[in-house]
Amino acid sequence: MASTIRVRATSNGDTTEVQALIQHPMDSGFVKDARGQIIPPHFIQELTFEYDGKAVFVADWGGGISKDPYVKFAFKGGKKGDDLKVSWVDNKGATDTTTAKIQ
Amino acid sequence: MSITDNEFSATRRLVLKGAGTVALAGLGVISFDLPAAFAAANDKYPEEAFKQKSEADAVKLLYGRTAELSDKVKMDAPEIAENGAVVPVSVSTTLTDVTSIAFLVSENPNALIASYKIPAGTIPSVANRIKMAKTSNVIVIVEAAGKLYSATKEVKVTVGGCGG
Repeated sequence: MASTIRVRATSNGDTTEVQALIQHPMDSGFVKDARGQIIPPHFIQELTFEYDGKAVFVADWGGGISKDPYVKFAFKGGKKGDDLKVSWVDNKGATDTTTAKIQ
Repeated sequence: MSITDNEFSATRRLVLKGAGTVALAGLGVISFDLPAAFAAANDKYPEEAFKQKSEADAVKLLYGRTAELSDKVKMDAPEIAENGAVVPVSVSTTLTDVTSIAFLVSENPNALIASYKIPAGTIPSVANRIKMAKTSNVIVIVEAAGKLYSATKEVKVTVGGCGG
């Protein structure tokens, strides 16, 4: 299965800017479906970005993040061609991981 | 012969059952003790904070203190969000030694939206997209050098995107 994570990491020599887009329903648990049944909560809880074996950014999320979440941040360092590892785990224990090359 | 066999296995079952109960009881004690110990550590997912209805309770659980408004925290959010399901909000700050940034929406069923850990070397600037149930204050909290700074902005949510 294709990864749910799309990452773009670009280095300008000094800092690396990271944008990530993840496919996930992000159901908050407060929304009802067409039959009036509550859609149970299903959302990403933790999203981690690792560079050079260290976490450079960690997101703790609740159900208030939009469907198919987007996040953008930047960190100092990061060389072109190096790996950036991205992984998430949701409230049902599902997880996904991908590794992106810094451009 | 068969009788002794049965007796043996019955005893064995009892012993196993007993051992199982003891093991379970042991696990029970551990799982009751651990959450308190983990809550002190900062790297655990703050489950309870995400369940709070009010932003004050969520902030208290997350940081154990209150925030002061600061003009050094710059929030970028729309005046009017036509679609409350996708509201782009970003924050940046000139504060130094930032360790975390949190987003809250006061009128949402659960106020806390996201809490980002900012390790040393990461720029204290985050953009994300959040859900808003209705018109509400969006609050951003920046933890810098152990203190909390905040910025607040009201975002109007129009239902159906007709501007009404």
